[in-house]
Amino acid sequence: MAHSPSETVNRRDFIYIMSATVSAAGAAVAAWPLIDQMNPSAAAQALSSTEVDLSAIQPGQIVTVTWRKQPVFIRRRTEKEIAEAHEGDTASDLKDPQPDAQRVFKPEWLVLVGICTHLGCVPSSQVRGDYDGWFCPCHGSHYDTSGRIRKGPAPKNLAVPNYEFVSDTKIVIGEGKTPAETSKEHTA
Amino acid sequence: MSGGHSTYTPTNGFTKWLDSRLPLIRVMNDNVTNFPTPKNLNYWYTFGAILTFCLAVQLVTGIVLAMHYVASADKAFASIEYIMRDVNYGWLIRYVHMNGASMFFLAVYVHMFRGLYYGSYKAPREILWILGVIIYFLMMATAFLGYTLPWGQMSFWGATVITNFFSAFDQVIPGLGSGVLEWLRGDFAVDDAAVKRFFALHYLLPFVIAGVVFLHIWALHVPGNNNPTGIDVKGPQDTVPFHPYYTVKDGFATAIFMMLFAVFVFYAPNYLGHPDNYVEANPLVTPAHIVPEWYFLPFYAILRAVPDKLTGVLLMFGAIGVLFFVPWLDWSKVRSASYRPVFRQFFVLFVIACLALGWAGAQPAEGAALLIAQVGTFYYFIFFIFIMPVVGLWETPRKLPESIAKAVLAKNGHAAVQPAQ
Ligand code: HEM
Ligand code: FES
Repeated sequence: MAHSPSETVNRRDFIYIMSATVSAAGAAVAAWPLIDQMNPSAAAQALSSTEVDLSAIQPGQIVTVTWRKQPVFIRRRTEKEIAEAHEGDTASDLKDPQPDAQRVFKPEWLVLVGICTHLGCVPSSQVRGDYDGWFCPCHGSHYDTSGRIRKGPAPKNLAVPNYEFVSDTKIVIGEGKTPAETSKEHTA
Repeated sequence: MSGGHSTYTPTNGFTKWLDSRLPLIRVMNDNVTNFPTPKNLNYWYTFGAILTFCLAVQLVTGIVLAMHYVASADKAFASIEYIMRDVNYGWLIRYVHMNGASMFFLAVYVHMFRGLYYGSYKAPREILWILGVIIYFLMMATAFLGYTLPWGQMSFWGATVITNFFSAFDQVIPGLGSGVLEWLRGDFAVDDAAVKRFFALHYLLPFVIAGVVFLHIWALHVPGNNNPTGIDVKGPQDTVPFHPYYTVKDGFATAIFMMLFAVFVFYAPNYLGHPDNYVEANPLVTPAHIVPEWYFLPFYAILRAVPDKLTGVLLMFGAIGVLFFVPWLDWSKVRSASYRPVFRQFFVLFVIACLALGWAGAQPAEGAALLIAQVGTFYYFIFFIFIMPVVGLWETPRKLPESIAKAVLAKNGHAAVQPAQ
């Protein structure tokens, strides 16, 4: 589009570029609320902590509670399970290596988000898999007694949520820090 | 051919008046009634009409279901039971919609394999093919969204697993995948926010499909139909008007198709579904064996064929993505596989590979099923990115007929040469 006989940049080109730029910026600004409304709403964000009474949980038992509408596993580990978790610290098949000590506050209590890191199924607490932890039936991931991925397609360990002990038998999930964060502060 | 001259002449005062204001009748005449169509189209070519029928069925039954359905995590499951038990003919309308989705995919798969066999994606029909792939992709999105709506166990866990595909991008940029995931679900898990948006989009997408179908047919009517010989139409002796020749043929095929459809709706309405979907969604318990609807099984097999999550997801999307490039992957000058003895055999193997992938997708991913999924996935990709281009270069095609009219006469030689007795 030649606006003037000369080939040089002229006022009309300037106006053309400026109006196109302003329109594009305006469209982007208008689009943002339409995109952001899809994100979790304030109501969904507000449900972010869950209190759990641990006193009824027996050694060797796993209970499932919900936190932010997602399952959380609370496992009161036996001595044998704790020992297995420690042995696992140096295993060669860890895909996402992390020592057990960074995954718990107290060795007896293991708290994990019960969502397989492959495609989001809930791993089974009944069928405990090759490593005595959890087995995900969807595509066959095996987790150990620290919730670490040892075999199968899942790329990461079961996540450890942030939680804190408010008394010896009570925790609040969604408050405080994760064990890994806490242990980093101690070493720092 | 709509670019060519029009064959319509308005005959009376009203049609003349209308024609100079909104030439609707002219457009219908030139694109439907008198549209010149190759005379040799076989029954594989009736699936376009069958697909249009399927889309109409899904739109009508879907809009009716939407009048009774409640999009909410608490009420969705109950509203489906309400449709099934209390709404007058609700069971029928829902069974037609449910099985309609399967019939739609059955038809689209036949239609696509037909296009691959007769080389209908080659110049000048590349855009036509690409629009078809877009429709197929939108259909998959629509069917996935629709399947989540009844809020049964399979709905819920299917939605969970499929939205989780995006979390694979955490392996590329940490946090990216989870961010997209929460954005898609509108919550930390699939819940009320998800079912509401899935319903809104499930309602919307079929209309988008209808729009793309319009473009697809437009792109068909510029070069005109391909045909089983794959050679171009050379003149009027090669064609017949669409009406009545193909309206009747398409109508007959659609009627047969409706019989099959009715067998499912009335005698086996849940055969293609999964019983777990009559159990209400439970976010704390995953069913022991999650399987998608049958029409997604080959892709599910590809997803699970490799142990790495990101690779699995990329391969699965790649399996659809590669279809967009097919027009440029086939280097043979001859369109129809009927005249390509070598390609034809690879094509048959390709169909077998797709069926085998479908079978493997329904089994737990281990042992023989896993091996078949891996071999099938390998062949699926090799077929497109290696066999298609290379076979076209060295294969010697059979001799092509001189024209469609000659091909038809050669096939029905007696009728043409000898007078009737
Ligand atoms: C491309 C066309 C369409 C396809 C492939 C499709 C597919 C599906 C599928 C697979 C289901 C789940 C059926 C079940 O298991 O119960 C479903 C449900 C549903 N669809 Fe569609 N659909 C289409 C168009 C529409 C349209 C246009 C509407 C209009 C709003 C609609 C409304 C619904 C509703 C309300 C449900 C929930 C009721 C039910 O599950 O039966 N659909 N759809
Ligand atoms: S979701 Fe757990 S293995 Fe795939």
